[in-house]
Amino acid sequence: MALDSTAVKRIARLARIAVPEAELAPLAKELSGILTWVEQLDAVDTAGVEPMTSVVAVTLPMREDAVTDGGVPDEVLANAPEPARGFFTVPKVVE
Amino acid sequence: MTALTQLTIAEARAGLAARKFSARELAEAHVKAVEQIRPLNAFLTETPQHALKMAGASDKRLAKGEAGLLEGIPLAIKDLFCTEGVRTTAASNILGNFIPPYESTVTANLWRAGAVMLGKTNLDEFAMGSSNMTSAFGPVESPWRRKGDNRKLVPGGSSGGSAAAVAARAALGAVGTDTGGSIRQPGALSGIIGMKPTYGRCSRWGVVAFASSLDQPGPMTRTVRDCAILLRAMAGHDPKDSTSVPRPVPDYERALTGDIRGLRVGIPKEYRIDGMPAEIEALWRQGIGWMKAAGCRMRDISLPHTKYALPAYYIVAPAEASSNLARYDGVRYGLRVAGENLIDMYEKTRGAGFGAEVRRRVLIGTYVLSAGYYDAYYIKAQKVRARIAEDFEQAYREVDLILTPATPGPAFAIGEKMDDPIAMYLNDVFTVPVNLSGLPGISVPAGLTADGLPLGLQLIGRAFDEETLLRAADVLERAAGFKAMPAMMAG
Repeated sequence: MALDSTAVKRIARLARIAVPEAELAPLAKELSGILTWVEQLDAVDTAGVEPMTSVVAVTLPMREDAVTDGGVPDEVLANAPEPARGFFTVPKVVE
Repeated sequence: MTALTQLTIAEARAGLAARKFSARELAEAHVKAVEQIRPLNAFLTETPQHALKMAGASDKRLAKGEAGLLEGIPLAIKDLFCTEGVRTTAASNILGNFIPPYESTVTANLWRAGAVMLGKTNLDEFAMGSSNMTSAFGPVESPWRRKGDNRKLVPGGSSGGSAAAVAARAALGAVGTDTGGSIRQPGALSGIIGMKPTYGRCSRWGVVAFASSLDQPGPMTRTVRDCAILLRAMAGHDPKDSTSVPRPVPDYERALTGDIRGLRVGIPKEYRIDGMPAEIEALWRQGIGWMKAAGCRMRDISLPHTKYALPAYYIVAPAEASSNLARYDGVRYGLRVAGENLIDMYEKTRGAGFGAEVRRRVLIGTYVLSAGYYDAYYIKAQKVRARIAEDFEQAYREVDLILTPATPGPAFAIGEKMDDPIAMYLNDVFTVPVNLSGLPGISVPAGLTADGLPLGLQLIGRAFDEETLLRAADVLERAAGFKAMPAMMAG
Protein backbone atom coordinates (compact mmCIF):
# COMPACT_ATOMS: atom_id res chain seq x y z
CA MET A 1 0.00 0.00 0.00
CA ALA A 2 1.48 3.35 -1.01
CA LEU A 3 0.49 6.21 1.28
CA ASP A 4 0.55 9.85 0.22
CA SER A 5 0.91 12.95 2.39
CA THR A 6 -2.85 13.30 2.80
CA ALA A 7 -3.13 9.75 4.10
CA VAL A 8 -0.26 10.28 6.54
CA LYS A 9 -1.92 13.45 7.77
CA ARG A 10 -5.12 11.49 8.41
CA ILE A 11 -3.27 8.71 10.27
CA ALA A 12 -1.32 11.26 12.32
CA ARG A 13 -4.63 12.87 13.28
CA LEU A 14 -6.00 9.49 14.40
CA ALA A 15 -2.82 8.94 16.43
CA ARG A 16 -3.00 12.49 17.83
CA ILE A 17 0.54 13.30 16.77
CA ALA A 18 1.33 16.69 15.24
CA VAL A 19 3.55 16.14 12.20
CA PRO A 20 5.12 19.23 10.60
CA GLU A 21 3.96 19.76 7.00
CA ALA A 22 7.50 19.35 5.62
CA GLU A 23 7.84 15.89 7.19
CA LEU A 24 4.67 14.44 5.68
CA ALA A 25 6.13 13.50 2.29
CA PRO A 26 9.30 11.79 3.58
CA LEU A 27 7.21 10.01 6.22
CA ALA A 28 4.76 8.84 3.54
CA LYS A 29 7.68 7.29 1.67
CA GLU A 30 9.02 5.52 4.79
CA LEU A 31 5.64 4.20 5.87
CA SER A 32 4.82 3.04 2.33
CA GLY A 33 8.13 1.15 2.27
CA ILE A 34 7.26 -0.66 5.51
CA LEU A 35 3.68 -1.42 4.45
CA THR A 36 4.81 -2.79 1.09
CA TRP A 37 7.35 -4.96 2.89
CA VAL A 38 4.79 -6.40 5.35
CA GLU A 39 2.41 -7.20 2.51
CA GLN A 40 4.49 -10.30 1.76
CA LEU A 41 2.27 -11.89 4.43
CA ASP A 42 -0.39 -12.15 1.73
CA ALA A 43 1.59 -15.10 0.37
CA VAL A 44 0.90 -17.17 3.50
CA ASP A 45 -2.07 -19.51 3.36
CA THR A 46 -4.03 -18.78 6.52
CA ALA A 47 -7.30 -20.37 5.53
CA GLY A 48 -8.99 -21.79 8.62
CA VAL A 49 -6.35 -20.38 10.99
CA GLU A 50 -7.58 -18.64 14.12
CA PRO A 51 -5.79 -15.35 14.77
CA MET A 52 -3.45 -15.77 17.72
CA THR A 53 -4.26 -13.54 20.66
CA SER A 54 -2.21 -15.11 23.42
CA VAL A 55 0.97 -17.13 23.45
CA VAL A 56 0.24 -18.94 26.69
CA ALA A 57 -2.84 -21.07 26.93
CA VAL A 58 -4.24 -19.76 30.18
CA THR A 59 -7.71 -18.80 31.21
CA LEU A 60 -7.59 -15.32 32.61
CA PRO A 61 -7.96 -15.58 36.36
CA MET A 62 -10.98 -14.16 38.18
CA ARG A 63 -10.62 -12.20 41.37
CA GLU A 64 -12.84 -10.57 43.95
CA ASP A 65 -14.28 -7.32 42.66
CA ALA A 66 -12.85 -5.42 45.58
CA VAL A 67 -10.87 -2.21 46.00
CA THR A 68 -7.25 -3.18 46.63
CA ASP A 69 -5.56 0.18 46.24
CA GLY A 70 -6.31 3.86 46.48
CA GLY A 71 -6.64 6.69 48.93
CA VAL A 72 -3.42 8.24 47.66
CA PRO A 73 -4.50 11.29 45.64
CA ASP A 74 -1.19 13.05 46.19
CA GLU A 75 0.73 10.12 44.71
CA VAL A 76 -1.68 9.91 41.80
CA LEU A 77 -1.20 13.59 41.03
CA ALA A 78 2.51 13.75 41.83
CA ASN A 79 3.56 13.54 38.18
CA ALA A 80 0.69 15.52 36.66
CA PRO A 81 1.86 18.45 34.51
CA GLU A 82 -0.72 20.93 35.81
CA PRO A 83 -2.74 19.54 38.71
CA ALA A 84 -5.19 21.84 40.45
CA ARG A 85 -7.10 21.36 43.71
CA GLY A 86 -6.76 17.59 43.66
CA PHE A 87 -7.62 17.17 39.97
CA PHE A 88 -5.92 16.63 36.64
CA THR A 89 -6.59 19.55 34.34
CA VAL A 90 -7.16 19.84 30.59
CA PRO A 91 -7.80 22.84 28.34
CA LYS A 92 -11.43 23.96 28.35
CA VAL A 93 -13.59 21.53 26.33
CA VAL A 94 -17.05 23.11 26.70
CA GLU A 95 -17.94 26.76 26.35
CA MET B 1 42.51 -10.95 44.81
CA THR B 2 40.56 -10.43 41.62
CA ALA B 3 39.12 -6.94 41.30
CA LEU B 4 35.61 -6.96 42.74
CA THR B 5 34.17 -5.73 39.45
CA GLN B 6 35.61 -8.75 37.59
CA LEU B 7 33.75 -11.30 39.70
CA THR B 8 30.77 -13.28 38.55
CA ILE B 9 27.59 -13.15 40.63
CA ALA B 10 28.30 -16.68 41.88
CA GLU B 11 31.85 -15.69 42.92
CA ALA B 12 30.64 -12.51 44.60
CA ARG B 13 28.01 -14.49 46.48
CA ALA B 14 30.69 -16.90 47.72
CA GLY B 15 33.04 -14.03 48.66
CA LEU B 16 30.32 -12.28 50.63
CA ALA B 17 29.34 -15.48 52.41
CA ALA B 18 32.98 -16.15 53.34
CA ARG B 19 33.39 -12.51 54.54
CA LYS B 20 36.26 -11.93 52.09
CA PHE B 21 34.72 -8.52 51.41
CA SER B 22 31.60 -6.69 52.48
CA ALA B 23 28.55 -5.78 50.44
CA ARG B 24 29.54 -2.17 51.08
CA GLU B 25 32.99 -2.74 49.51
CA LEU B 26 31.40 -4.52 46.55
CA ALA B 27 28.94 -1.65 46.08
CA GLU B 28 31.66 1.01 46.40
CA ALA B 29 33.77 -0.71 43.72
CA HIS B 30 30.77 -0.77 41.39
CA VAL B 31 29.68 2.80 42.11
CA LYS B 32 33.20 3.84 41.07
CA ALA B 33 33.00 1.58 38.00
CA VAL B 34 29.72 3.21 36.95
CA GLU B 35 31.48 6.59 37.13
CA GLN B 36 34.43 5.29 35.13
CA ILE B 37 32.30 4.14 32.23
CA ARG B 38 30.37 7.43 31.93
CA PRO B 39 31.79 8.06 28.42
CA LEU B 40 29.70 5.06 27.23
CA ASN B 41 26.42 6.80 28.23
CA ALA B 42 25.19 3.46 29.53
CA PHE B 43 23.40 4.90 32.57
CA LEU B 44 20.66 7.53 32.41
CA THR B 45 20.42 7.80 36.19
CA GLU B 46 23.09 6.72 38.65
CA THR B 47 21.86 5.86 42.14
CA PRO B 48 25.00 5.63 44.30
CA GLN B 49 23.18 6.60 47.53
CA HIS B 50 20.66 3.82 46.99
CA ALA B 51 23.48 1.40 46.27
CA LEU B 52 25.40 2.19 49.44
CA LYS B 53 22.31 2.18 51.62
CA MET B 54 21.09 -1.14 50.21
CA ALA B 55 24.59 -2.61 50.60
CA GLY B 56 24.65 -1.52 54.24
CA ALA B 57 21.38 -3.36 54.82
CA SER B 58 22.81 -6.40 53.02
CA ASP B 59 25.84 -6.44 55.32
CA LYS B 60 23.50 -6.51 58.32
CA ARG B 61 21.49 -9.39 56.87
CA LEU B 62 24.70 -11.25 55.96
CA ALA B 63 25.95 -10.83 59.52
CA LYS B 64 22.69 -12.25 60.87
CA GLY B 65 22.77 -15.18 58.46
CA GLU B 66 19.65 -13.95 56.69
CA ALA B 67 21.11 -13.46 53.23
CA GLY B 68 18.69 -13.50 50.28
CA LEU B 69 19.33 -15.08 46.89
CA LEU B 70 21.05 -11.97 45.56
CA GLU B 71 22.25 -10.48 48.83
CA GLY B 72 24.62 -7.58 48.17
CA ILE B 73 24.80 -8.12 44.39
CA PRO B 74 25.04 -4.79 42.48
CA LEU B 75 22.78 -4.69 39.44
CA ALA B 76 21.89 -2.26 36.65
CA ILE B 77 18.22 -1.79 35.77
CA LYS B 78 16.94 -0.95 32.30
CA ASP B 79 15.16 2.39 32.54
CA LEU B 80 11.90 0.77 31.46
CA PHE B 81 11.28 -0.67 34.93
CA CYS B 82 9.44 1.68 37.27
CA THR B 83 11.48 2.30 40.40
CA GLU B 84 9.82 3.98 43.33
CA GLY B 85 11.14 7.50 43.85
CA VAL B 86 13.73 7.16 41.07
CA ARG B 87 13.17 8.88 37.73
CA THR B 88 12.04 6.46 35.01
CA THR B 89 12.29 7.71 31.43
CA ALA B 90 11.89 4.83 28.91
CA ALA B 91 14.56 6.98 27.15
CA SER B 92 11.76 9.22 25.91
CA ASN B 93 11.14 12.93 26.23
CA ILE B 94 7.45 12.30 26.67
CA LEU B 95 7.85 10.89 30.16
CA GLY B 96 9.56 14.13 31.18
CA ASN B 97 10.66 13.94 34.80
CA PHE B 98 8.41 10.99 35.67
CA ILE B 99 9.11 9.65 39.16
CA PRO B 100 7.10 6.49 39.80
CA PRO B 101 5.33 6.28 43.16
CA TYR B 102 5.54 2.48 42.87
CA GLU B 103 8.05 -0.29 42.15
CA SER B 104 7.81 -2.83 39.32
CA THR B 105 7.26 -6.40 40.48
CA VAL B 106 10.51 -7.68 38.95
CA THR B 107 12.67 -5.04 40.63
CA ALA B 108 10.74 -5.45 43.89
CA ASN B 109 11.58 -9.18 43.69
CA LEU B 110 15.26 -8.32 43.19
CA TRP B 111 15.39 -5.94 46.16
CA ARG B 112 13.58 -8.48 48.31
CA ALA B 113 16.31 -10.97 47.38
CA GLY B 114 18.90 -8.46 48.63
CA ALA B 115 20.16 -7.01 45.33
CA VAL B 116 21.71 -3.54 45.20
CA MET B 117 20.63 -0.94 42.62
CA LEU B 118 23.44 0.88 40.81
CA GLY B 119 21.24 2.90 38.49
CA LYS B 120 18.93 2.98 35.49
CA THR B 121 20.34 2.13 32.11
CA ASN B 122 19.91 3.69 28.69
CA LEU B 123 17.80 2.00 25.99
CA ASP B 124 16.15 2.64 22.67
CA GLU B 125 13.16 4.94 23.19
CA PHE B 126 10.32 2.79 24.59
CA ALA B 127 12.55 -0.22 23.77
CA MET B 128 11.96 0.33 20.04
CA GLY B 129 15.24 -0.34 18.32
CA SER B 130 18.20 -2.67 17.86
CA SER B 131 21.09 -0.24 18.33
CA ASN B 132 20.25 2.04 21.26
CA MET B 133 20.40 4.87 18.70
CA THR B 134 16.79 5.94 19.23
CA SER B 135 17.25 7.00 22.88
CA ALA B 136 16.20 10.60 23.51
CA PHE B 137 19.30 10.85 25.71
CA GLY B 138 21.83 9.88 23.05
CA PRO B 139 23.27 6.55 21.93
CA VAL B 140 25.18 4.10 24.10
CA GLU B 141 28.68 3.34 22.98
CA SER B 142 29.79 -0.28 23.07
CA PRO B 143 32.86 -1.00 25.20
CA TRP B 144 34.09 -3.14 22.28
CA ARG B 145 36.21 -1.93 19.35
CA ARG B 146 37.20 -3.59 16.08
CA LYS B 147 40.88 -4.46 15.96
CA GLY B 148 42.85 -1.52 14.56
CA ASP B 149 39.73 0.60 14.18
CA ASN B 150 38.69 3.17 16.72
CA ARG B 151 35.19 3.85 15.39
CA LYS B 152 32.49 3.80 18.05
CA LEU B 153 30.19 0.80 17.81
CA VAL B 154 26.64 0.20 19.01
CA PRO B 155 26.05 -2.22 21.91
CA GLY B 156 22.87 -3.47 20.22
CA GLY B 157 19.43 -2.71 21.55
CA SER B 158 17.10 -2.04 22.95
CA SER B 159 18.70 -3.05 26.28
CA GLY B 160 21.97 -1.44 25.12
CA GLY B 161 22.86 0.35 28.34
CA SER B 162 22.36 -2.82 30.37
CA ALA B 163 24.53 -4.82 27.94
CA ALA B 164 27.31 -2.21 27.91
CA ALA B 165 27.28 -1.89 31.72
CA VAL B 166 27.65 -5.66 32.23
CA ALA B 167 30.26 -6.09 29.46
CA ALA B 168 32.33 -3.14 30.75
CA ARG B 169 32.32 -4.60 34.30
CA ALA B 170 30.28 -1.79 35.82
CA ALA B 171 27.57 -4.16 37.10
CA LEU B 172 27.60 -7.87 37.98
CA GLY B 173 24.35 -8.28 36.10
CA ALA B 174 21.45 -6.35 34.68
CA VAL B 175 17.82 -6.71 33.83
CA GLY B 176 16.46 -5.95 30.41
CA THR B 177 13.27 -6.54 28.47
CA ASP B 178 12.91 -8.45 25.22
CA THR B 179 10.04 -7.76 22.81
CA GLY B 180 11.71 -8.88 19.57
CA GLY B 181 15.29 -9.58 20.65
CA SER B 182 16.07 -6.62 22.91
CA ILE B 183 17.95 -8.75 25.46
CA ARG B 184 19.46 -11.45 23.24
CA GLN B 185 20.68 -9.18 20.41
CA PRO B 186 22.58 -6.68 22.63
CA GLY B 187 23.81 -9.66 24.65
CA ALA B 188 25.27 -11.24 21.51
CA LEU B 189 26.74 -7.95 20.22
CA SER B 190 28.29 -7.16 23.61
CA GLY B 191 29.74 -10.58 24.42
CA ILE B 192 27.46 -11.42 27.36
CA ILE B 193 24.59 -13.80 28.16
CA GLY B 194 21.09 -12.51 27.44
CA MET B 195 17.97 -14.50 28.17
CA LYS B 196 14.32 -14.02 27.29
CA PRO B 197 12.29 -16.28 29.56
CA THR B 198 9.00 -17.83 28.47
CA TYR B 199 6.25 -15.23 28.13
CA GLY B 200 4.51 -15.16 31.50
CA ARG B 201 7.54 -16.29 33.53
CA CYS B 202 8.38 -12.79 34.81
CA SER B 203 5.78 -10.19 35.69
CA ARG B 204 5.37 -7.23 33.36
CA TRP B 205 3.70 -5.15 36.08
CA GLY B 206 5.43 -1.80 36.43
CA VAL B 207 7.40 -2.22 33.21
CA VAL B 208 6.65 0.57 30.73
CA ALA B 209 4.60 -1.27 28.09
CA PHE B 210 5.68 -1.52 24.44
CA ALA B 211 3.89 -4.56 22.95
CA SER B 212 2.07 -6.40 25.71
CA SER B 213 1.75 -9.82 24.05
CA LEU B 214 5.50 -9.90 23.35
CA ASP B 215 7.29 -8.00 26.16
CA GLN B 216 9.15 -10.11 28.67
CA PRO B 217 11.74 -9.09 31.30
CA GLY B 218 14.92 -11.16 31.51
CA PRO B 219 18.46 -11.36 32.89
CA MET B 220 21.73 -10.16 31.32
CA THR B 221 24.91 -11.54 32.88
CA ARG B 222 28.47 -12.61 32.15
CA THR B 223 27.89 -16.34 32.74
CA VAL B 224 25.06 -18.82 32.32
CA ARG B 225 25.22 -19.67 36.03
CA ASP B 226 24.69 -16.00 36.88
CA CYS B 227 21.78 -15.94 34.45
CA ALA B 228 20.20 -18.88 36.30
CA ILE B 229 20.70 -17.14 39.67
CA LEU B 230 19.24 -13.85 38.46
CA LEU B 231 16.26 -15.44 36.69
CA ARG B 232 15.24 -17.31 39.81
CA ALA B 233 15.10 -14.05 41.76
CA MET B 234 13.19 -12.17 39.02
CA ALA B 235 10.62 -14.79 38.13
CA GLY B 236 7.36 -15.75 39.72
CA HIS B 237 3.62 -15.43 39.56
CA ASP B 238 2.21 -11.96 40.12
CA PRO B 239 -1.53 -11.44 40.59
CA LYS B 240 -1.03 -7.90 39.28
CA ASP B 241 -0.08 -9.25 35.81
CA SER B 242 -2.90 -11.48 34.58
CA THR B 243 -0.56 -12.98 31.96
CA SER B 244 2.03 -14.03 34.52
CA VAL B 245 1.77 -17.74 35.01
CA PRO B 246 1.08 -19.40 38.36
CA ARG B 247 3.83 -21.99 38.23
CA PRO B 248 6.48 -22.62 40.84
CA VAL B 249 9.92 -21.17 40.06
CA PRO B 250 12.56 -23.90 39.99
CA ASP B 251 16.08 -23.51 41.35
CA TYR B 252 17.59 -22.98 37.91
CA GLU B 253 21.14 -23.28 39.18
CA ARG B 254 20.50 -26.89 40.08
CA ALA B 255 19.62 -27.56 36.46
CA LEU B 256 23.24 -26.87 35.45
CA THR B 257 24.42 -30.46 35.65
CA GLY B 258 26.78 -30.27 32.69
CA ASP B 259 25.11 -33.34 31.23
CA ILE B 260 23.13 -32.91 28.03
CA ARG B 261 23.75 -36.35 26.57
CA GLY B 262 20.84 -37.56 24.51
CA LEU B 263 19.20 -34.15 24.09
CA ARG B 264 17.75 -33.76 20.63
CA VAL B 265 18.77 -30.44 19.09
CA GLY B 266 17.11 -29.06 15.98
CA ILE B 267 18.89 -27.05 13.29
CA PRO B 268 16.29 -25.09 11.32
CA LYS B 269 17.21 -24.83 7.66
CA GLU B 270 15.26 -21.58 7.23
CA TYR B 271 17.75 -19.76 9.46
CA ARG B 272 20.37 -20.12 6.72
CA ILE B 273 19.42 -16.76 5.21
CA ASP B 274 20.68 -15.14 2.04
CA GLY B 275 23.74 -13.00 2.50
CA MET B 276 24.56 -14.42 5.93
CA PRO B 277 28.22 -13.63 6.68
CA ALA B 278 30.55 -16.64 6.42
CA GLU B 279 31.67 -16.01 9.99
CA ILE B 280 28.13 -16.52 11.31
CA GLU B 281 27.72 -19.67 9.23
CA ALA B 282 31.05 -21.00 10.55
CA LEU B 283 30.12 -20.18 14.15
CA TRP B 284 26.84 -22.02 13.78
CA ARG B 285 28.66 -25.07 12.37
CA GLN B 286 31.07 -24.86 15.29
CA GLY B 287 28.10 -24.75 17.70
CA ILE B 288 26.63 -27.87 16.11
CA GLY B 289 29.99 -29.56 16.60
CA TRP B 290 30.12 -28.59 20.29
CA MET B 291 26.60 -29.87 20.97
CA LYS B 292 27.36 -33.12 19.16
CA ALA B 293 30.58 -33.56 21.14
CA ALA B 294 28.54 -33.08 24.33
CA GLY B 295 26.38 -36.06 23.35
CA CYS B 296 23.41 -34.29 21.73
CA ARG B 297 21.61 -35.77 18.77
CA MET B 298 21.41 -33.18 16.02
CA ARG B 299 18.38 -33.10 13.72
CA ASP B 300 17.70 -31.00 10.65
CA ILE B 301 14.30 -29.40 11.10
CA SER B 302 12.10 -27.00 9.21
CA LEU B 303 10.32 -23.92 10.53
CA PRO B 304 8.68 -23.03 7.20
CA HIS B 305 7.15 -19.67 8.18
CA THR B 306 10.36 -18.16 9.55
CA LYS B 307 10.69 -15.56 6.82
CA TYR B 308 7.27 -14.16 7.67
CA ALA B 309 8.10 -13.58 11.33
CA LEU B 310 9.64 -10.12 10.90
CA PRO B 311 6.85 -8.66 8.75
CA ALA B 312 4.22 -10.16 11.10
CA TYR B 313 6.09 -8.66 14.05
CA TYR B 314 6.15 -5.24 12.38
CA ILE B 315 2.36 -5.29 12.30
CA VAL B 316 1.63 -6.82 15.70
CA ALA B 317 4.23 -4.87 17.73
CA PRO B 318 3.39 -1.40 16.32
CA ALA B 319 -0.34 -2.14 16.68
CA GLU B 320 0.07 -2.95 20.36
CA ALA B 321 2.47 -0.01 20.78
CA SER B 322 0.03 2.47 19.26
CA SER B 323 -2.55 1.32 21.76
CA ASN B 324 -0.20 1.25 24.77
CA LEU B 325 1.31 4.63 23.98
CA ALA B 326 -2.09 6.31 23.74
CA ARG B 327 -1.76 6.98 27.47
CA TYR B 328 0.89 9.66 26.86
CA ASP B 329 -1.50 12.53 26.45
CA GLY B 330 -0.01 15.30 28.56
CA VAL B 331 -2.74 15.06 31.18
CA ARG B 332 -1.75 12.65 33.95
CA TYR B 333 2.05 12.57 33.80
CA GLY B 334 4.97 13.46 31.63
CA LEU B 335 5.39 16.20 29.10
CA ARG B 336 2.62 18.69 28.29
CA VAL B 337 2.83 21.17 25.41
CA ALA B 338 0.10 23.80 25.59
CA GLY B 339 -2.45 23.88 22.75
CA GLU B 340 -5.44 25.89 21.68
CA ASN B 341 -7.81 23.12 22.70
CA LEU B 342 -7.69 19.59 24.07
CA ILE B 343 -6.91 17.83 20.79
CA ASP B 344 -4.33 20.45 19.85
CA MET B 345 -2.66 19.88 23.21
CA TYR B 346 -2.60 16.10 22.65
CA GLU B 347 -1.13 16.51 19.19
CA LYS B 348 1.51 19.03 20.17
CA THR B 349 2.51 17.05 23.26
CA ARG B 350 2.85 13.79 21.34
CA GLY B 351 4.48 15.50 18.34
CA ALA B 352 7.15 17.00 20.61
CA GLY B 353 7.53 14.05 22.99
CA PHE B 354 7.98 11.06 20.66
CA GLY B 355 11.17 10.48 18.66
CA ALA B 356 11.24 9.48 14.99
CA GLU B 357 11.19 5.68 15.44
CA VAL B 358 8.41 5.75 18.04
CA ARG B 359 6.37 8.08 15.86
CA ARG B 360 6.90 5.78 12.87
CA ARG B 361 5.69 2.74 14.81
CA VAL B 362 2.70 4.48 16.39
CA LEU B 363 1.61 5.65 12.93
CA ILE B 364 2.02 2.16 11.42
CA GLY B 365 0.13 0.69 14.37
CA THR B 366 -2.66 3.24 14.06
CA TYR B 367 -2.96 2.51 10.36
CA VAL B 368 -3.09 -1.29 10.65
CA LEU B 369 -5.74 -1.04 13.36
CA SER B 370 -7.85 1.54 11.53
CA ALA B 371 -11.26 0.79 10.06
CA GLY B 372 -10.98 -0.88 6.67
CA TYR B 373 -7.39 -2.09 7.20
CA TYR B 374 -7.73 -4.08 10.44
CA ASP B 375 -8.52 -7.42 8.76
CA ALA B 376 -6.03 -7.05 5.93
CA TYR B 377 -3.10 -6.22 8.19
CA TYR B 378 -3.66 -6.91 11.88
CA ILE B 379 -5.83 -10.03 11.70
CA LYS B 380 -3.70 -11.41 8.88
CA ALA B 381 -0.55 -10.90 10.97
CA GLN B 382 -2.15 -12.62 13.98
CA LYS B 383 -2.99 -15.60 11.77
CA VAL B 384 0.56 -15.76 10.42
CA ARG B 385 1.72 -15.57 14.01
CA ALA B 386 -0.33 -18.67 14.76
CA ARG B 387 1.42 -20.43 11.84
CA ILE B 388 4.82 -19.46 13.23
CA ALA B 389 3.93 -20.81 16.67
CA GLU B 390 2.64 -24.03 15.03
CA ASP B 391 6.01 -24.45 13.31
CA PHE B 392 7.72 -24.54 16.69
CA GLU B 393 5.07 -26.87 18.14
CA GLN B 394 5.68 -29.30 15.27
CA ALA B 395 9.44 -29.07 15.72
CA TYR B 396 9.24 -29.77 19.46
CA ARG B 397 7.63 -33.12 18.69
CA GLU B 398 11.01 -34.32 17.50
CA VAL B 399 13.53 -32.11 19.28
CA ASP B 400 14.11 -30.71 22.78
CA LEU B 401 15.97 -27.57 21.81
CA ILE B 402 16.79 -25.49 18.75
CA LEU B 403 20.21 -24.01 17.96
CA THR B 404 20.56 -20.93 15.72
CA PRO B 405 22.83 -17.91 15.36
CA ALA B 406 21.71 -15.08 17.68
CA THR B 407 22.13 -12.28 15.14
CA PRO B 408 22.86 -12.02 11.41
CA GLY B 409 26.05 -10.01 12.09
CA PRO B 410 28.30 -8.37 14.70
CA ALA B 411 28.03 -4.87 16.20
CA PHE B 412 28.00 -2.05 13.66
CA ALA B 413 29.22 1.53 13.92
CA ILE B 414 27.14 4.23 15.58
CA GLY B 415 25.17 5.92 12.81
CA GLU B 416 25.17 2.96 10.41
CA LYS B 417 21.89 1.39 9.23
CA MET B 418 19.97 4.50 10.26
CA ASP B 419 18.68 5.47 6.82
CA ASP B 420 16.63 2.37 6.16
CA PRO B 421 14.27 1.20 8.93
CA ILE B 422 13.92 -2.26 7.38
CA ALA B 423 17.70 -2.80 7.32
CA MET B 424 17.69 -2.06 11.05
CA TYR B 425 14.72 -4.40 11.65
CA LEU B 426 16.68 -7.28 10.05
CA ASN B 427 18.96 -7.36 13.12
CA ASP B 428 16.22 -9.27 14.90
CA VAL B 429 15.48 -11.84 12.20
CA PHE B 430 16.59 -14.76 14.42
CA THR B 431 15.08 -13.53 17.67
CA VAL B 432 11.63 -12.25 16.67
CA PRO B 433 10.04 -15.69 15.93
CA VAL B 434 10.77 -16.67 19.54
CA ASN B 435 8.80 -13.71 20.92
CA LEU B 436 5.92 -14.28 18.53
CA SER B 437 5.69 -17.84 19.89
CA GLY B 438 6.24 -16.91 23.54
CA LEU B 439 9.18 -19.33 23.91
CA PRO B 440 12.31 -18.94 26.02
CA GLY B 441 15.58 -18.13 24.25
CA ILE B 442 19.13 -17.41 25.32
CA SER B 443 22.14 -15.96 23.52
CA VAL B 444 25.57 -17.20 24.49
CA PRO B 445 28.79 -15.51 23.37
CA ALA B 446 30.51 -18.15 21.27
CA GLY B 447 33.20 -16.57 19.12
CA LEU B 448 34.80 -13.50 17.59
CA THR B 449 34.84 -12.01 14.11
CA ALA B 450 38.21 -11.71 12.35
CA ASP B 451 38.36 -8.12 13.62
CA GLY B 452 37.66 -9.13 17.20
CA LEU B 453 33.95 -8.52 17.78
CA PRO B 454 31.73 -10.93 19.75
CA LEU B 455 29.21 -13.21 18.05
CA GLY B 456 26.52 -15.21 19.79
CA LEU B 457 24.61 -18.43 19.35
CA GLN B 458 20.98 -18.72 20.35
CA LEU B 459 19.28 -21.68 21.99
CA ILE B 460 15.49 -21.82 21.92
CA GLY B 461 13.61 -24.00 24.39
CA ARG B 462 10.14 -25.33 25.05
CA ALA B 463 7.70 -23.07 26.88
CA PHE B 464 8.49 -23.00 30.62
CA ASP B 465 11.44 -25.36 30.20
CA GLU B 466 14.09 -22.81 31.09
CA GLU B 467 15.93 -25.56 32.97
CA THR B 468 16.81 -27.57 29.87
CA LEU B 469 17.63 -24.33 28.06
CA LEU B 470 20.03 -23.18 30.78
CA ARG B 471 21.58 -26.65 31.14
CA ALA B 472 22.42 -26.70 27.43
CA ALA B 473 23.56 -23.06 27.43
CA ASP B 474 25.95 -23.85 30.29
CA VAL B 475 27.50 -26.69 28.29
CA LEU B 476 27.69 -24.51 25.17
CA GLU B 477 29.36 -21.75 27.17
CA ARG B 478 32.03 -24.12 28.48
CA ALA B 479 32.66 -25.54 25.02
CA ALA B 480 32.99 -22.08 23.48
CA GLY B 481 35.25 -20.87 26.29
CA PHE B 482 34.64 -17.24 25.37
CA LYS B 483 37.29 -15.26 27.25
CA ALA B 484 37.63 -12.11 25.11
CA MET B 485 37.43 -8.78 26.93
CA PRO B 486 36.12 -5.48 25.60
CA ALA B 487 38.48 -2.59 24.93
CA MET B 488 37.00 -0.53 27.73
CA MET B 489 36.51 -1.92 31.20
CA ALA B 490 36.06 -0.34 34.59
CA GLY B 491 38.71 -1.01 37.19
